[in-house]
Amino acid sequence: MNADPVPLLPRGTRLHHDRVRDTMVLLVPERALLLDEIGTAILQEVDGKSTLAAISARLAERYGAPEPDVAADIRAFLDGLVAQRLVDYQ
Amino acid sequence: MTERPGPPIAMLAELTHRCPLSCSYCSNPLELTARERELPTDVWARVFREAADLGVLQLHLSGGEPASRRDLQDLVKAARDANLYVNLITSGIGLTPARLDALEAAGLDHVQLSLQAIDAEKADWIGGYSGGFARKLSFAGEVRQRGIPLTVNAVMHRHTIDDIDAAIAFAADLGARRIEVACVQFYGWALANRAALLPSRDQVTRAKSAVAAARRAYAGRMTIDFVPPDYYADYPKACMGGWGSTGLNIAPDGTALPCHAAATIPGLRFDRVTDRSLAEIWYDGAAFNAFRGHEWMQEPCRSCARRDRDHGGCRCQAMALASDPHAADPVCHHSAARSIVDHIISEQTAASPPFIYRSHKHQ
Repeated sequence: MNADPVPLLPRGTRLHHDRVRDTMVLLVPERALLLDEIGTAILQEVDGKSTLAAISARLAERYGAPEPDVAADIRAFLDGLVAQRLVDYQ
Repeated sequence: MTERPGPPIAMLAELTHRCPLSCSYCSNPLELTARERELPTDVWARVFREAADLGVLQLHLSGGEPASRRDLQDLVKAARDANLYVNLITSGIGLTPARLDALEAAGLDHVQLSLQAIDAEKADWIGGYSGGFARKLSFAGEVRQRGIPLTVNAVMHRHTIDDIDAAIAFAADLGARRIEVACVQFYGWALANRAALLPSRDQVTRAKSAVAAARRAYAGRMTIDFVPPDYYADYPKACMGGWGSTGLNIAPDGTALPCHAAATIPGLRFDRVTDRSLAEIWYDGAAFNAFRGHEWMQEPCRSCARRDRDHGGCRCQAMALASDPHAADPVCHHSAARSIVDHIISEQTAASPPFIYRSHKHQ
Protein backbone atom coordinates (compact mmCIF):
# COMPACT_ATOMS: atom_id res chain seq x y z
CA MET A 1 0.00 0.00 0.00
CA ASN A 2 1.10 3.54 -0.74
CA ALA A 3 2.84 4.97 2.34
CA ASP A 4 1.26 8.39 1.84
CA PRO A 5 -2.09 7.86 0.10
CA VAL A 6 -4.70 10.45 -0.75
CA PRO A 7 -7.88 9.63 1.19
CA LEU A 8 -11.18 10.22 -0.53
CA LEU A 9 -14.83 10.01 0.49
CA PRO A 10 -16.31 7.65 -2.10
CA ARG A 11 -19.74 8.10 -3.56
CA GLY A 12 -22.28 7.03 -0.96
CA THR A 13 -20.32 8.55 1.94
CA ARG A 14 -21.35 12.05 2.97
CA LEU A 15 -20.37 14.43 5.77
CA HIS A 16 -23.52 15.94 7.14
CA HIS A 17 -24.47 18.39 9.87
CA ASP A 18 -27.20 16.85 12.00
CA ARG A 19 -29.15 19.92 13.05
CA VAL A 20 -31.42 17.99 15.45
CA ARG A 21 -28.54 16.56 17.52
CA ASP A 22 -26.23 19.48 16.66
CA THR A 23 -23.36 17.24 15.67
CA MET A 24 -21.53 16.17 12.55
CA VAL A 25 -22.27 12.71 11.19
CA LEU A 26 -20.85 10.56 8.42
CA LEU A 27 -23.73 9.24 6.37
CA VAL A 28 -22.83 5.91 4.77
CA PRO A 29 -24.83 3.06 3.24
CA GLU A 30 -27.60 2.20 5.71
CA ARG A 31 -25.81 3.76 8.69
CA ALA A 32 -24.97 7.09 10.27
CA LEU A 33 -21.75 7.44 12.26
CA LEU A 34 -21.82 10.18 14.89
CA LEU A 35 -18.51 12.05 14.77
CA ASP A 36 -16.61 13.72 17.57
CA GLU A 37 -14.63 16.91 17.07
CA ILE A 38 -11.47 15.09 16.01
CA GLY A 39 -13.22 12.80 13.54
CA THR A 40 -14.97 15.80 12.07
CA ALA A 41 -11.72 17.77 11.77
CA ILE A 42 -10.04 14.88 9.95
CA LEU A 43 -12.88 14.20 7.53
CA GLN A 44 -13.26 17.88 6.71
CA GLU A 45 -9.69 17.77 5.41
CA VAL A 46 -10.40 14.73 3.23
CA ASP A 47 -10.84 16.44 -0.10
CA GLY A 48 -9.60 13.80 -2.52
CA LYS A 49 -6.47 15.90 -3.24
CA SER A 50 -4.49 16.11 0.02
CA THR A 51 -2.19 13.31 1.08
CA LEU A 52 -2.25 11.94 4.62
CA ALA A 53 0.99 13.82 5.32
CA ALA A 54 -0.50 17.09 4.14
CA ILE A 55 -3.63 16.57 6.25
CA SER A 56 -1.48 15.65 9.28
CA ALA A 57 0.62 18.79 8.88
CA ARG A 58 -2.43 21.04 8.71
CA LEU A 59 -4.12 19.50 11.75
CA ALA A 60 -0.89 19.39 13.78
CA GLU A 61 -0.48 23.11 13.19
CA ARG A 62 -4.10 23.91 13.94
CA TYR A 63 -4.13 21.99 17.24
CA GLY A 64 -0.51 22.69 18.23
CA ALA A 65 0.21 18.98 18.57
CA PRO A 66 3.30 16.94 17.56
CA GLU A 67 2.96 15.93 13.93
CA PRO A 68 4.00 12.25 14.33
CA ASP A 69 1.25 11.76 16.96
CA VAL A 70 -1.34 13.49 14.83
CA ALA A 71 -0.31 11.47 11.78
CA ALA A 72 -0.63 8.20 13.70
CA ASP A 73 -4.09 9.14 15.00
CA ILE A 74 -5.31 10.15 11.56
CA ARG A 75 -3.94 6.99 9.98
CA ALA A 76 -5.64 4.78 12.59
CA PHE A 77 -8.95 6.62 12.21
CA LEU A 78 -8.97 6.52 8.41
CA ASP A 79 -7.66 2.93 8.22
CA GLY A 80 -10.71 1.88 10.24
CA LEU A 81 -13.02 3.55 7.72
CA VAL A 82 -11.06 2.18 4.75
CA ALA A 83 -11.45 -1.34 6.15
CA GLN A 84 -15.22 -0.81 6.08
CA ARG A 85 -15.05 0.61 2.53
CA LEU A 86 -16.34 3.97 3.76
CA VAL A 87 -13.16 5.84 2.76
CA ASP A 88 -10.88 5.00 -0.18
CA TYR A 89 -7.11 5.52 -0.43
CA GLN A 90 -5.82 6.39 -3.85
CA MET B 1 -43.80 6.70 32.69
CA THR B 2 -40.54 6.19 30.88
CA GLU B 3 -38.05 8.93 30.11
CA ARG B 4 -38.42 10.75 26.82
CA PRO B 5 -36.71 8.78 24.04
CA GLY B 6 -34.12 10.24 21.71
CA PRO B 7 -35.05 11.00 18.12
CA PRO B 8 -35.13 8.18 15.56
CA ILE B 9 -32.17 7.71 13.21
CA ALA B 10 -33.82 5.64 10.49
CA MET B 11 -37.19 5.42 8.80
CA LEU B 12 -38.37 2.62 6.55
CA ALA B 13 -41.00 3.82 4.09
CA GLU B 14 -43.01 0.94 2.70
CA LEU B 15 -44.13 2.83 -0.39
CA THR B 16 -46.30 0.00 -1.66
CA HIS B 17 -47.05 -3.64 -1.04
CA ARG B 18 -47.20 -4.30 -4.78
CA CYS B 19 -44.35 -6.47 -6.06
CA PRO B 20 -43.71 -8.52 -9.19
CA LEU B 21 -42.10 -11.19 -7.02
CA SER B 22 -43.99 -13.32 -4.53
CA CYS B 23 -41.21 -14.60 -2.26
CA SER B 24 -42.36 -17.01 0.40
CA TYR B 25 -40.15 -15.28 2.99
CA CYS B 26 -41.57 -11.80 2.45
CA SER B 27 -41.76 -9.77 5.66
CA ASN B 28 -44.89 -7.96 4.53
CA PRO B 29 -48.08 -8.78 6.44
CA LEU B 30 -50.40 -11.52 5.19
CA GLU B 31 -53.01 -8.87 4.58
CA LEU B 32 -51.42 -6.67 1.94
CA THR B 33 -52.48 -3.07 1.43
CA ALA B 34 -54.25 -2.37 -1.86
CA ARG B 35 -52.92 0.20 -4.30
CA GLU B 36 -55.95 2.47 -3.76
CA ARG B 37 -54.95 2.97 -0.13
CA GLU B 38 -51.34 3.98 -0.80
CA LEU B 39 -50.24 7.47 0.25
CA PRO B 40 -49.92 9.94 -2.63
CA THR B 41 -46.63 11.60 -3.57
CA ASP B 42 -47.23 14.87 -1.74
CA VAL B 43 -48.05 13.18 1.55
CA TRP B 44 -44.89 11.07 1.39
CA ALA B 45 -42.89 14.23 0.64
CA ARG B 46 -44.34 15.91 3.73
CA VAL B 47 -43.60 12.84 5.84
CA PHE B 48 -39.97 12.89 4.63
CA ARG B 49 -39.65 16.55 5.72
CA GLU B 50 -41.21 15.75 9.09
CA ALA B 51 -38.85 12.82 9.49
CA ALA B 52 -35.79 14.99 8.82
CA ASP B 53 -37.09 17.62 11.27
CA LEU B 54 -37.55 14.87 13.85
CA GLY B 55 -33.93 13.68 13.49
CA VAL B 56 -34.13 10.85 10.94
CA LEU B 57 -30.92 10.62 8.90
CA GLN B 58 -31.40 7.41 6.93
CA LEU B 59 -34.43 6.80 4.75
CA HIS B 60 -35.01 3.32 3.39
CA LEU B 61 -37.43 3.22 0.48
CA SER B 62 -38.92 -0.22 0.49
CA GLY B 63 -42.09 -2.15 -0.19
CA GLY B 64 -43.22 -4.46 -1.72
CA GLU B 65 -41.15 -3.35 -4.66
CA PRO B 66 -40.71 0.43 -4.49
CA ALA B 67 -40.21 0.53 -8.26
CA SER B 68 -43.89 -0.39 -8.56
CA ARG B 69 -44.50 3.28 -7.69
CA ARG B 70 -44.36 5.31 -10.89
CA ASP B 71 -43.48 8.41 -8.82
CA LEU B 72 -40.36 6.81 -7.32
CA GLN B 73 -38.01 9.42 -8.77
CA ASP B 74 -40.15 12.24 -7.33
CA LEU B 75 -40.08 10.53 -3.94
CA VAL B 76 -36.29 10.18 -4.08
CA LYS B 77 -35.96 13.85 -4.98
CA ALA B 78 -38.31 14.90 -2.18
CA ALA B 79 -36.29 12.87 0.30
CA ARG B 80 -32.97 14.31 -0.84
CA ASP B 81 -34.46 17.83 -0.75
CA ALA B 82 -35.30 17.06 2.89
CA ASN B 83 -31.60 16.23 3.39
CA LEU B 84 -32.13 12.52 4.05
CA TYR B 85 -29.72 9.78 2.97
CA VAL B 86 -31.78 7.79 0.49
CA ASN B 87 -31.41 4.03 0.26
CA LEU B 88 -33.48 2.07 -2.24
CA ILE B 89 -34.32 -1.50 -1.23
CA THR B 90 -35.24 -3.27 -4.43
CA SER B 91 -35.37 -6.52 -6.36
CA GLY B 92 -34.22 -4.54 -9.38
CA ILE B 93 -37.26 -5.66 -11.35
CA GLY B 94 -38.97 -2.80 -13.16
CA LEU B 95 -36.04 -0.38 -13.05
CA THR B 96 -35.03 0.23 -16.64
CA PRO B 97 -31.82 2.12 -17.45
CA ALA B 98 -33.93 5.22 -18.11
CA ARG B 99 -35.60 5.00 -14.71
CA LEU B 100 -32.25 4.41 -13.04
CA ASP B 101 -30.91 7.53 -14.77
CA ALA B 102 -33.82 9.47 -13.32
CA LEU B 103 -33.27 8.08 -9.82
CA GLU B 104 -29.60 8.95 -10.04
CA ALA B 105 -30.44 12.48 -11.15
CA ALA B 106 -32.87 12.75 -8.26
CA GLY B 107 -29.99 12.07 -5.85
CA LEU B 108 -30.33 8.41 -4.90
CA ASP B 109 -27.50 7.61 -2.48
CA HIS B 110 -27.38 3.83 -2.35
CA VAL B 111 -29.02 0.66 -3.62
CA GLN B 112 -29.70 -2.48 -1.63
CA LEU B 113 -30.40 -5.30 -4.07
CA SER B 114 -32.07 -8.51 -2.92
CA LEU B 115 -30.58 -11.79 -4.09
CA GLN B 116 -32.97 -14.75 -3.97
CA ALA B 117 -30.37 -17.28 -5.19
CA ILE B 118 -27.30 -17.39 -7.39
CA ASP B 119 -28.76 -19.15 -10.41
CA ALA B 120 -31.80 -18.36 -12.47
CA GLU B 121 -33.74 -21.55 -11.95
CA LYS B 122 -33.54 -21.45 -8.18
CA ALA B 123 -33.97 -17.69 -7.89
CA ASP B 124 -37.06 -17.67 -10.08
CA TRP B 125 -38.53 -20.59 -8.15
CA ILE B 126 -37.98 -18.81 -4.82
CA GLY B 127 -39.24 -15.46 -6.11
CA GLY B 128 -42.13 -17.02 -7.99
CA TYR B 129 -41.31 -14.94 -11.07
CA SER B 130 -39.96 -16.43 -14.27
CA GLY B 131 -37.20 -14.36 -15.85
CA GLY B 132 -36.72 -12.29 -12.70
CA PHE B 133 -33.12 -13.33 -12.16
CA ALA B 134 -32.00 -12.27 -15.63
CA ARG B 135 -33.63 -8.86 -15.14
CA LYS B 136 -31.97 -8.49 -11.75
CA LEU B 137 -28.54 -9.20 -13.24
CA SER B 138 -29.08 -6.65 -15.94
CA PHE B 139 -30.10 -4.08 -13.30
CA ALA B 140 -27.02 -4.88 -11.19
CA GLY B 141 -24.84 -4.25 -14.24
CA GLU B 142 -26.48 -0.85 -14.76
CA VAL B 143 -25.91 0.04 -11.10
CA ARG B 144 -22.27 -0.92 -11.33
CA GLN B 145 -21.69 0.94 -14.58
CA ARG B 146 -23.02 4.14 -12.98
CA GLY B 147 -20.95 3.66 -9.82
CA ILE B 148 -23.94 3.76 -7.51
CA PRO B 149 -22.91 2.23 -4.15
CA LEU B 150 -24.38 -1.25 -3.85
CA THR B 151 -25.21 -3.60 -1.01
CA VAL B 152 -26.38 -7.09 -1.86
CA ASN B 153 -28.90 -8.64 0.50
CA ALA B 154 -28.55 -12.40 0.13
CA VAL B 155 -31.52 -14.02 1.82
CA MET B 156 -30.59 -17.25 3.56
CA HIS B 157 -32.89 -20.16 4.42
CA ARG B 158 -32.81 -23.92 4.14
CA HIS B 159 -32.81 -23.81 0.33
CA THR B 160 -30.03 -21.21 -0.06
CA ILE B 161 -27.80 -21.24 3.01
CA ASP B 162 -25.57 -24.03 1.65
CA ASP B 163 -24.71 -21.70 -1.27
CA ILE B 164 -23.41 -19.01 1.09
CA ASP B 165 -19.82 -18.98 -0.23
CA ALA B 166 -21.03 -18.67 -3.78
CA ALA B 167 -23.49 -15.93 -2.81
CA ILE B 168 -20.72 -13.89 -1.21
CA ALA B 169 -18.49 -14.34 -4.27
CA PHE B 170 -21.44 -13.43 -6.49
CA ALA B 171 -21.97 -10.14 -4.61
CA ALA B 172 -18.26 -9.30 -4.90
CA ASP B 173 -18.43 -9.92 -8.65
CA LEU B 174 -21.38 -7.54 -8.87
CA GLY B 175 -19.13 -4.85 -7.38
CA ALA B 176 -20.89 -4.68 -4.01
CA ARG B 177 -19.02 -2.89 -1.24
CA ARG B 178 -21.16 -4.65 1.29
CA ILE B 179 -23.21 -7.82 1.55
CA GLU B 180 -25.85 -8.58 4.09
CA VAL B 181 -26.09 -12.31 4.54
CA ALA B 182 -29.46 -12.32 6.21
CA CYS B 183 -31.12 -15.44 7.49
CA VAL B 184 -34.87 -15.21 7.18
CA GLN B 185 -36.60 -13.91 10.29
CA PHE B 186 -40.01 -15.40 10.87
CA TYR B 187 -42.64 -12.70 10.44
CA GLY B 188 -45.38 -12.16 7.90
CA TRP B 189 -45.21 -14.58 4.98
CA ALA B 190 -41.97 -16.07 6.29
CA LEU B 191 -43.77 -17.18 9.45
CA ALA B 192 -46.45 -18.85 7.34
CA ASN B 193 -43.65 -20.63 5.42
CA ARG B 194 -41.43 -21.40 8.39
CA ALA B 195 -41.36 -25.17 7.85
CA ALA B 196 -40.16 -24.62 4.29
CA LEU B 197 -37.55 -22.03 5.29
CA LEU B 198 -35.99 -22.83 8.66
CA PRO B 199 -32.43 -24.09 8.14
CA SER B 200 -31.06 -26.92 10.21
CA ARG B 201 -28.62 -26.38 13.06
CA ASP B 202 -25.86 -28.02 10.98
CA GLN B 203 -26.54 -25.68 8.10
CA VAL B 204 -26.28 -22.68 10.41
CA THR B 205 -23.05 -23.90 11.96
CA ARG B 206 -21.49 -24.32 8.53
CA ALA B 207 -22.74 -20.89 7.44
CA LYS B 208 -21.13 -19.21 10.45
CA SER B 209 -17.75 -20.76 9.59
CA ALA B 210 -18.17 -19.72 5.98
CA VAL B 211 -18.86 -16.12 7.02
CA ALA B 212 -15.83 -16.04 9.30
CA ALA B 213 -13.59 -17.30 6.48
CA ALA B 214 -15.13 -14.94 3.93
CA ARG B 215 -14.61 -11.94 6.23
CA ARG B 216 -10.89 -12.69 6.18
CA ALA B 217 -10.84 -13.36 2.45
CA TYR B 218 -12.73 -10.17 1.53
CA ALA B 219 -11.21 -7.84 4.17
CA GLY B 220 -10.83 -4.35 2.77
CA ARG B 221 -12.81 -5.24 -0.34
CA MET B 222 -16.32 -6.03 0.83
CA THR B 223 -17.94 -5.77 4.26
CA ILE B 224 -19.94 -8.82 5.28
CA ASP B 225 -22.83 -8.41 7.72
CA PHE B 226 -24.37 -11.62 8.95
CA VAL B 227 -27.82 -11.94 10.49
CA PRO B 228 -28.03 -15.40 12.07
CA PRO B 229 -31.35 -17.16 12.56
CA ASP B 230 -32.35 -16.33 16.12
CA TYR B 231 -34.10 -19.67 16.70
CA TYR B 232 -30.63 -21.18 17.21
CA ALA B 233 -29.38 -18.40 19.49
CA ASP B 234 -29.13 -18.50 23.28
CA TYR B 235 -30.14 -14.86 23.64
CA PRO B 236 -32.57 -12.80 21.59
CA LYS B 237 -31.66 -10.12 19.09
CA ALA B 238 -31.95 -6.49 20.18
CA CYS B 239 -34.93 -6.10 17.87
CA MET B 240 -35.04 -2.63 16.25
CA GLY B 241 -32.31 -1.63 18.74
CA GLY B 242 -35.15 -1.42 21.24
CA TRP B 243 -38.82 -0.67 20.62
CA GLY B 244 -39.37 2.94 19.60
CA SER B 245 -35.73 3.90 20.14
CA THR B 246 -33.90 4.15 16.83
CA GLY B 247 -36.31 3.67 13.97
CA LEU B 248 -39.84 3.52 12.65
CA ASN B 249 -41.74 2.07 9.70
CA ILE B 250 -44.46 3.71 7.69
CA ALA B 251 -46.85 1.29 5.98
CA PRO B 252 -48.16 2.05 2.46
CA ASP B 253 -51.38 3.58 3.85
CA GLY B 254 -49.48 5.85 6.27
CA THR B 255 -49.81 3.76 9.40
CA ALA B 256 -46.79 4.46 11.62
CA LEU B 257 -45.38 1.27 13.09
CA PRO B 258 -42.53 0.72 15.57
CA CYS B 259 -41.48 -2.23 13.37
CA HIS B 260 -42.82 -3.97 10.27
CA ALA B 261 -44.63 -6.71 12.23
CA ALA B 262 -46.03 -4.54 15.04
CA ALA B 263 -49.57 -4.78 13.69
CA THR B 264 -49.58 -8.47 14.67
CA ILE B 265 -49.73 -7.41 18.33
CA PRO B 266 -53.37 -7.15 19.40
CA GLY B 267 -54.54 -4.12 21.32
CA LEU B 268 -51.94 -1.66 20.05
CA ARG B 269 -53.33 1.60 18.70
CA PHE B 270 -51.44 2.88 15.66
CA ASP B 271 -51.50 6.46 14.45
CA ARG B 272 -51.44 7.44 10.82
CA VAL B 273 -49.26 10.15 9.34
CA THR B 274 -52.38 11.64 7.79
CA ASP B 275 -53.85 12.25 11.27
CA ARG B 276 -50.89 13.36 13.42
CA SER B 277 -47.40 14.74 12.90
CA LEU B 278 -44.53 12.29 12.92
CA ALA B 279 -43.08 13.97 16.03
CA GLU B 280 -46.34 13.53 17.97
CA ILE B 281 -46.55 9.92 16.84
CA TRP B 282 -42.94 9.21 17.83
CA TYR B 283 -42.99 10.87 21.23
CA ASP B 284 -46.62 10.49 22.32
CA GLY B 285 -48.10 7.71 20.20
CA ALA B 286 -49.58 4.87 22.24
CA ALA B 287 -48.00 2.12 20.15
CA PHE B 288 -44.52 3.69 20.32
CA ASN B 289 -44.73 4.01 24.10
CA ALA B 290 -46.09 0.50 24.65
CA PHE B 291 -42.71 -1.20 25.09
CA ARG B 292 -40.26 1.59 25.91
CA GLY B 293 -38.18 1.45 29.08
CA HIS B 294 -38.53 -1.44 31.55
CA GLU B 295 -41.97 -1.02 33.12
CA TRP B 296 -43.67 -3.33 30.64
CA MET B 297 -41.19 -6.16 31.20
CA GLN B 298 -41.96 -9.38 32.97
CA GLU B 299 -39.48 -11.70 34.62
CA PRO B 300 -36.97 -12.96 33.68
CA CYS B 301 -36.35 -9.79 31.62
CA ARG B 302 -37.07 -7.18 34.29
CA SER B 303 -34.21 -8.20 36.56
CA CYS B 304 -31.95 -9.50 33.78
CA ALA B 305 -28.45 -8.04 33.44
CA ARG B 306 -28.94 -8.00 29.67
CA ARG B 307 -32.20 -6.07 29.66
CA ASP B 308 -30.63 -2.89 28.26
CA ARG B 309 -28.65 -4.86 25.72
CA ASP B 310 -31.41 -6.89 24.06
CA HIS B 311 -34.50 -5.15 25.50
CA GLY B 312 -36.17 -8.52 26.04
CA GLY B 313 -35.83 -9.35 22.36
CA CYS B 314 -38.64 -9.09 19.86
CA ARG B 315 -42.18 -8.23 21.00
CA CYS B 316 -43.74 -9.60 17.82
CA GLN B 317 -41.91 -12.91 18.24
CA ALA B 318 -43.09 -13.11 21.87
CA MET B 319 -46.60 -12.61 20.54
CA ALA B 320 -46.22 -15.09 17.67
CA LEU B 321 -44.67 -17.89 19.70
CA ALA B 322 -45.79 -17.33 23.31
CA SER B 323 -49.04 -15.43 22.61
CA ASP B 324 -47.88 -12.68 24.99
CA PRO B 325 -46.15 -9.54 23.68
CA HIS B 326 -44.88 -8.72 27.19
CA ALA B 327 -43.09 -12.05 27.61
CA ALA B 328 -39.38 -12.62 27.08
CA ASP B 329 -38.58 -13.41 23.46
CA PRO B 330 -39.02 -17.22 23.40
CA VAL B 331 -35.67 -17.75 21.69
CA CYS B 332 -33.99 -16.66 24.96
CA HIS B 333 -32.76 -19.68 26.92
CA HIS B 334 -34.09 -18.02 30.10
CA SER B 335 -37.59 -17.88 28.62
CA ALA B 336 -40.21 -20.26 29.96
CA ALA B 337 -41.38 -20.63 26.36
CA ARG B 338 -37.99 -21.70 24.92
CA SER B 339 -39.41 -25.23 24.65
CA ILE B 340 -41.77 -23.93 21.95
CA VAL B 341 -38.79 -22.94 19.79
CA ASP B 342 -37.02 -26.22 20.50
CA HIS B 343 -40.16 -28.09 19.54
CA ILE B 344 -40.37 -26.21 16.22
CA ILE B 345 -36.74 -27.09 15.50
CA SER B 346 -37.32 -30.75 16.42
CA GLU B 347 -40.26 -30.99 14.02
CA GLN B 348 -38.13 -30.21 10.95
CA THR B 349 -38.64 -32.72 8.20
CA ALA B 350 -36.07 -34.00 5.73
CA ALA B 351 -38.13 -32.85 2.77
CA SER B 352 -39.29 -29.24 2.62
CA PRO B 353 -43.01 -28.59 2.32
CA PRO B 354 -43.97 -26.47 -0.74
CA PHE B 355 -43.89 -22.67 -0.54
CA ILE B 356 -46.98 -20.61 0.04
CA TYR B 357 -46.22 -17.73 -2.32
CA ARG B 358 -47.33 -14.31 -1.15
CA SER B 359 -50.38 -12.91 -2.89
CA HIS B 360 -53.21 -10.45 -2.44
CA LYS B 361 -55.65 -13.32 -2.29
CA HIS B 362 -54.55 -14.80 1.05
CA GLN B 363 -57.45 -15.67 3.32
